[in-house]
Amino acid sequence: MNRHESSPPAATPRRRRLRFAAGALAAALVVTACGAGSSTQPASTAPATTATATTDGQATAGQASNGAGGGSVGSQPGAGASGSDGSAAPAPSGDPNATLNVGFVAAPASLDFTQDSGAAIPQALLYNVYETLVRMTPTGEIAPLLASKWTVSDDQKVYTFTLRDNAKFSNGAAFTAEDAVFSINRVKSDWAKTVAVAQGMSTVAKAEAVNPTTLRVTLTKPSQSWLFSMTTRIGAMFSRTGVAELATKAVGTGPYLVSANQPNVKLTLTRNPDYWGTKAGMQTVNFMYYKDPTAMNNAELSRAINVISSVQTPDQLDQFGDTAKYQIIEGTTTGEVLLSFNNSKAPLNNKNVRQAISYAIDRKGLLDTVWAGKGALIGSHAVPTDPWYTDLANTYPYDPAKAKELLGGKTYTLRLRVPNLPYATAAAPVIASQLQQVGITVKVDTLDFPADWLTQVFTNADYDMSIVNHVEPNDLATLWGNPEYYTRYDNPEVQKLLADGDAGTRDQMIADYRKATEILADDAAGVWLWAFPNLLVADVDVKGLAKNQVSESFDLTGVSVG
Amino acid sequence: MVLALLRRLAVLLVSALVASVLIFLIMSVLPGSPAQVALGTGATPDAVRALEQQMGLDRPLPTQYVEWIGGVLHGDFGLSYTSRQPIGPQLFDRLSVTLWLVLGGMVVALLLAVPFGVIAALRNGRPTGLVISALSQIGVAIPAFLAGMLLIALVAMRWNWLPPNGYVVPATDPVGFLRHMILPWLALGLVQGAVLTRYVRSSVLDQLGQDYLRTARAKGMTATAALRRHGLRNASIPVLTVLGVQLVTLMIGAVVIERVFVIPGVGSMLSDAVSNRDLITVQGIVLVLVVFALLVGFVVDVLYTVIDPRLRVQAR
Repeated sequence: MNRHESSPPAATPRRRRLRFAAGALAAALVVTACGAGSSTQPASTAPATTATATTDGQATAGQASNGAGGGSVGSQPGAGASGSDGSAAPAPSGDPNATLNVGFVAAPASLDFTQDSGAAIPQALLYNVYETLVRMTPTGEIAPLLASKWTVSDDQKVYTFTLRDNAKFSNGAAFTAEDAVFSINRVKSDWAKTVAVAQGMSTVAKAEAVNPTTLRVTLTKPSQSWLFSMTTRIGAMFSRTGVAELATKAVGTGPYLVSANQPNVKLTLTRNPDYWGTKAGMQTVNFMYYKDPTAMNNAELSRAINVISSVQTPDQLDQFGDTAKYQIIEGTTTGEVLLSFNNSKAPLNNKNVRQAISYAIDRKGLLDTVWAGKGALIGSHAVPTDPWYTDLANTYPYDPAKAKELLGGKTYTLRLRVPNLPYATAAAPVIASQLQQVGITVKVDTLDFPADWLTQVFTNADYDMSIVNHVEPNDLATLWGNPEYYTRYDNPEVQKLLADGDAGTRDQMIADYRKATEILADDAAGVWLWAFPNLLVADVDVKGLAKNQVSESFDLTGVSVG
Repeated sequence: MVLALLRRLAVLLVSALVASVLIFLIMSVLPGSPAQVALGTGATPDAVRALEQQMGLDRPLPTQYVEWIGGVLHGDFGLSYTSRQPIGPQLFDRLSVTLWLVLGGMVVALLLAVPFGVIAALRNGRPTGLVISALSQIGVAIPAFLAGMLLIALVAMRWNWLPPNGYVVPATDPVGFLRHMILPWLALGLVQGAVLTRYVRSSVLDQLGQDYLRTARAKGMTATAALRRHGLRNASIPVLTVLGVQLVTLMIGAVVIERVFVIPGVGSMLSDAVSNRDLITVQGIVLVLVVFALLVGFVVDVLYTVIDPRLRVQAR
């Protein structure tokens, strides 16, 4: 699936076939390799927070909201402030009996995101089946959901939520403050051992039900990231009587119910007739899973699906050029495609070498070649929608001469071990050839994602460089505040900035985080290749799809057909 | 005869048992832990160990094996490590999809191969024979997935005659099922048919050179009549062998066609399970496929004796 040329349209049919061929060959190879036969499936850990984002792409690498995540993007429930009241979503119009088929690349392994960290699960279930007290709106603000409003004490440590009194779980039980306490405590007891996102709840000292509709949560210290993390999967509200078989039975309060699940093939949601808020816009939504991007394009072209949740072949967008039939939605995600370095290992523990590599890569040319120029150039670990974003894209302009100078005439051989995901396998050979120009020989090897990549690169850090789209929102601290993370980046100054920022006021946090991204850029801790775009294709009568992907959910609450 | 069959059946059972042990051993040495995959990039080693314990992966291998095979013998393949759904129903569901796909493909292949192979043999050395030989040679060289992609590009995308991919359950929508299966059947059948044509041709050619056919011709039969009366039955023995091998290969080999046409068959189930390190699912699938292969071999053996009375005598 390597694409070396950038010019798309003319050559499309042939290249499509070639890509097909490559995919099939890869599958065939794996078949042989495994003796028993098989191939690749990014499911479990995979991808996706970003439904829309890159689905197949993401490494799920960071966990949203881990530690000092980052604040509530866009909204500031400051001291004493309260969230606005109002219904969850605008009333969807359109045909209430409609069925919507949405194509995805990564399939959920199970329905239980408390045990399985795969991003495809919250992608399908969060906000649609499970609801949180507060949600992330498509415009990136924290808004009421199961909590109609909330207040924060002056010392920023006590949150008091007023809960809706008419919400009901799909097993018939009413949603009360006791369920909220149960869900929050359960993150610490039952999640903590297995899924690392659960750390987002570690700042909670206690959660108590004041009365059935009032919940009080006390934090151990002020944390900007906590309320944000409550909009993610760890904020999902479970029924005290509905967690026995989470992997196969999802019991939530949301506008949709899981009605069928054929693993790796199709997940079917249907309207919850007893939903407390505005009823869902469609009767049925099928999440259909396609390993092959071209097969997904064909399915859209033949009307088998109505939406491509994440375009994996941006160079083929012209087949959807007929505006009478299709709409192309282009926005941003929270994903940064990172050429990661093993910062603790020679020669990449040498800042000069890292800077030389940064100078040696023509990121504009790379983006044009591998992702049809879709996406934004960035220079550090922040995307333009982050409040602490500053434009650092020109920290290391393309300058091979400067790169050679920094290398001081030495040559190196480095291993670039990439997951078998479209953007990574496409970018790897381009990077290898660009680095060759300055005297760095790159050995590319492609690892099966998730299993092999997770074991070898992520867990064992047996690599020099890799390429992964870090999709989780607010993952700055996860990646760079923890020296054990696979980037093996140990910088006490950055760690302190990230910790102080989370505990401080929002303004201080933004200032500290910005400073941290500047240090990271200067230090060339990685090469941030591009900010991953949100790219969807949909039938023209599908309404309400969000332009920007800001949460872990493929949010159906505002979507309707007709 | 019956004794011989029983003996073969016993061999089959022992082979299946040995296979189950081997499969189990191979799975247990495969690198990459299902717990690690389930937990993803944020997992700590403690968390991985805890989940391994929960999955029962920390127990001694013989215990794990006995528990697994005991369940399988009762038709219980266990719960998937990842989806936590029972494997058995899903496996047989997927198996039926692949059987539809492969059997349909084989029918297409036979419909092509028998007439063309026979004609190529009868017209050997003449233009018709040469053209068929050349075409089948090309067919052998084309991988099935490429044929599939060409069919999709032309028939489905350019002419819009048939859907490009997907699967419909035959019981709910027979017409939709046929419309979705025609292209995959053709993709498999054209390529397998080309391979088979060459076997049919050479097998028939062999028979044409035999004394008994010369005798039949000497009695006044035409070549075609002699072949139909005496030759085809003999020619079908080697073809049957190839057919059996193809059937088994295709059950797994169809994974590529399944992927190209987005058909939820057993091949893609296996491939998904492997990349998730859902080893218990992999074990179950591989075991079922091995048993299937052994059964096909058994049936082919039985068919030999049905077709060729001499083998029946030997078996006795």
